[in-house]
Amino acid sequence: MQIRNFCIIAHIDHGKSTLADRLIQHAGLVTERQFRDQILDTMDLERERGITIKSQTVTLPYTGKKGKEYDLNLIDTPGHVDFSYEVSRALASCEGVLLIVDASQGVQAQTVANLYMAMEYDLAIIPVINKIDLPSADVDRVKEQIENELGLDPEPSILCSAKEGIGIENVLEAIVEQIPAPTGNPHDPLTALIFDANYDPFRGTIISCRVFDGTVRPGDIIRFMSNNATYKVEEVGVFRLHREPREELPAASVGYIVSGIKTVSDTRIGDTITLDSHPAAAPLLGFKEAKPVVFSSIYPVSSEDYPSLVEALEKYELNDAALVYQKDSSAALGQGFRCGFLGLLHLEIFQQRLEREYFQSIIMTAPSVQYQFKLQDGKAVTIDNPQYYPDPAEIESSFEPFIKASIFMPERYIGAMMKLCLARRGVNPRTTYPSPGRIEVTFDMPLAEVIFDFYDKMKTITQGYGSFDYDLIDYREGDLVKLDILVNGERVDALSLIVHRDRARDWGVRVCDRLKEEIPRHQFKIAVQGAIGGKIISRSTIPAFRKDVTAKCYGGDVTRKRKLLEKQRKGKKRMKMVGSVMIPQGAFVAVLKSDNE
Amino acid sequence: MSNTESPGLYIHVPFCRTKCPYCNFYSVTSLSLVADWLDSLRKEAIIYKDRFAAFDSIYIGGGTPTLLAEHELAALVDTLSRYFTFSSDTEITIEANPDDITLEKPTLLRKIGVNRISLGVQSFNDKELQYLRRRHSAMQAERALERIRASGFTNIGVDLMYGFPGQTQAGWVQSMKRALDFKPEHISCYQMTLEEATPFGKMLAEGRIKPLGEEEERALFLLTSRFLEEQGYIHYEISNFAREQKYKSRHNSKYWRHIPYLGLGPAAHSFLEGVRWWNMESVERYCRALDKGRLPVAGTETLSQEQHLLESLYLGFRTSHGIDLKLLNNQPHSDTILSELQESGLIQVHGGRAMPTRDGFLVADGLPLLFAG
Repeated sequence: MQIRNFCIIAHIDHGKSTLADRLIQHAGLVTERQFRDQILDTMDLERERGITIKSQTVTLPYTGKKGKEYDLNLIDTPGHVDFSYEVSRALASCEGVLLIVDASQGVQAQTVANLYMAMEYDLAIIPVINKIDLPSADVDRVKEQIENELGLDPEPSILCSAKEGIGIENVLEAIVEQIPAPTGNPHDPLTALIFDANYDPFRGTIISCRVFDGTVRPGDIIRFMSNNATYKVEEVGVFRLHREPREELPAASVGYIVSGIKTVSDTRIGDTITLDSHPAAAPLLGFKEAKPVVFSSIYPVSSEDYPSLVEALEKYELNDAALVYQKDSSAALGQGFRCGFLGLLHLEIFQQRLEREYFQSIIMTAPSVQYQFKLQDGKAVTIDNPQYYPDPAEIESSFEPFIKASIFMPERYIGAMMKLCLARRGVNPRTTYPSPGRIEVTFDMPLAEVIFDFYDKMKTITQGYGSFDYDLIDYREGDLVKLDILVNGERVDALSLIVHRDRARDWGVRVCDRLKEEIPRHQFKIAVQGAIGGKIISRSTIPAFRKDVTAKCYGGDVTRKRKLLEKQRKGKKRMKMVGSVMIPQGAFVAVLKSDNE
Repeated sequence: MSNTESPGLYIHVPFCRTKCPYCNFYSVTSLSLVADWLDSLRKEAIIYKDRFAAFDSIYIGGGTPTLLAEHELAALVDTLSRYFTFSSDTEITIEANPDDITLEKPTLLRKIGVNRISLGVQSFNDKELQYLRRRHSAMQAERALERIRASGFTNIGVDLMYGFPGQTQAGWVQSMKRALDFKPEHISCYQMTLEEATPFGKMLAEGRIKPLGEEEERALFLLTSRFLEEQGYIHYEISNFAREQKYKSRHNSKYWRHIPYLGLGPAAHSFLEGVRWWNMESVERYCRALDKGRLPVAGTETLSQEQHLLESLYLGFRTSHGIDLKLLNNQPHSDTILSELQESGLIQVHGGRAMPTRDGFLVADGLPLLFAG
């Protein structure tokens, strides 16, 4: 039996999942009747967004044109910058990739980013031009781009339409012909790379791995080389559409290991598995701990739902190794959690899954990045929660994370895009013209400036044609202040934010305006203010309610009127009391809504 | 504390000659059941005869009590005096319609013991009276007031309405002035409310009435309060003014202070020892129940502590007497809120009570939930 290990890489919506589904169908793993759209993307959320969040792997049986039998291991990769480390581990498990390019959209930002990553791992690259059935398909132009922008030979490119099932045979044949067979010695000490982990309520963590050397069997005691934790293997096997147990996973193969690991956070993507009794001398290269870069606090909408939120988080965590969280509390919102995410998409996915799959109603605070402060006494502190902003008098200097942001777009949007990036404190702009009519602009930008509504703005400006990618580069000094929001003089801690002084006023004005719309009129005037230290930088006023009293209240009215008040009180229970002001939960959400919405 | 005060007795006379389009009190326009109603009322009185302490107020309301004939009124009073006890200074009020005040009616009412008349004038402007579909003219109202006063009544209340479409501030002041000519001991000024289950409410829902805006309503309310206080009246409840302390409606004040009251007749509400109950809103069903020896009660509720507190707050904030600050002892944030309300000029705090100001009256409905939230 011959083996080929490969990934499919593509820009969002270029048809990665559809091609994967076609390959699965072609392998006879599903009948046409069972063929659903996008089999691999199992979460509703993924299907909705058209991106893969949790990757899945499948072993496809294939008989080549020359009559040889193959196991083709398709390792699916998540499709977003937030998960680029997971992508890199998947690539490290392969010998080749299918690089999909949309026949009408051509090469996009992520196509390039993914290609570079594939090149880093010295993988065989097979360009696949997809969607050739579209009327707007321009195969010649795309071939030119493949040559000029990607520096690849366009000749071996495979033309296909995954949707229509055109060219699938050619794709499969190219996989066995162009991707080298994996090498490895099944008798050497075991080295297996963990590239994914999923939670199964009956079996615990299911580790997805690529075995490089050695062989792993049920009953073996395996060891994680990053932390020396050991587990007894209960089962090994390969992925079909469901798990299929095998007697062993030998060198070169891709499959799964079940070994009674309770939560996925006990396994680390990128870690090396070896045998406890006969360990490898050194782990595989490239292990990195996933580090959160965006932080936000979550609170239950109604404080009595806190226990239910705790339970939901515990369950959620089983399947998301990248999420970190700890207890947090707010005077305005009560008990909650401070959570760390790999990026803004990760945060959004977390929020939506908690709501849809775990039925939690939550309030999230404004996302924050991790800031560093050098204090007068020489100490350095790292802070991701405005609550712990140091005493300003003690701060000697402050630093914020910077990214290299790159945006690909049609040339005509460059003016508006430059304006947006500069407004977001972008510096050091560089532009390149990867192909006629298209432009790539890169900026050094504070990460804090892109975690809030930058992506939406970018999409609006480029009418959906732009794509955005970023890499963390370094920490740079900046004048970072803590902006507080006061409601009738009382600080609303859940609305505080660490922000660059230059941007504080904009944010302050925005929050004051939003709260003015969201807080209902009270019996008294309400002042909403943005303040840095003692200095007010923005302000709005909610006028007082002027009249609400009913004329008559006699014997027959007393009960009716009380019932009305009781009903109103129920509505007010969903509000948060700050001093004497009632703030509806919706207000906390509204301040984070993008202007476009 | 308040339960030691004497209870009040309310009689609901559920008959009107015609229905007014703004009114949501229960009444029927057929008078065929008056005799049955009177008979049933007697049966109901017997049921409650030993349940209440001596009353010190009777309020005969409706409906239109003055459409009852002399012998019917006499029978009613006879029933009450037979089954209940009263203190010697009992305030006995009857609601009267100007068109019922014949030359003899006031004397007759005095004869059966009535010592306070609340006259439903509503307006001294004929156009407005027509709009309200009242059966009387401004002149009839004036004549009725003259007759009542001439017969020796020393406690007269005049009911007025304001805030209807087309009414000007000047017109409203004019109406009040004409009432003041008779130096009524009590004036009720009701801002027009378009109640859901009334013809006006229906017209509102259909967009055929445009209600006044908040600012106009507010201006009229403040104007009323200021004007009548200038004339020496005490603004002691949202819609009620008394020429002197002693002319405050003793009976109505019981509703606002959790003092027990017994309501007889269809749709009447009663309150005793934390329990409130209300009668069926149908003369027929009311009579049928009592015929069969059953209580004509449609519903009952026992106030929880929380409900009692909520009522104490909202009822208290409707009166110049305000609320006892002790009520707020266990309410979070109450000190902050009190000072906020004081600073905003909505309440005054002294003598251990929080009392609404004139501006406070305007937002009285919203005050209780600031505390008992």
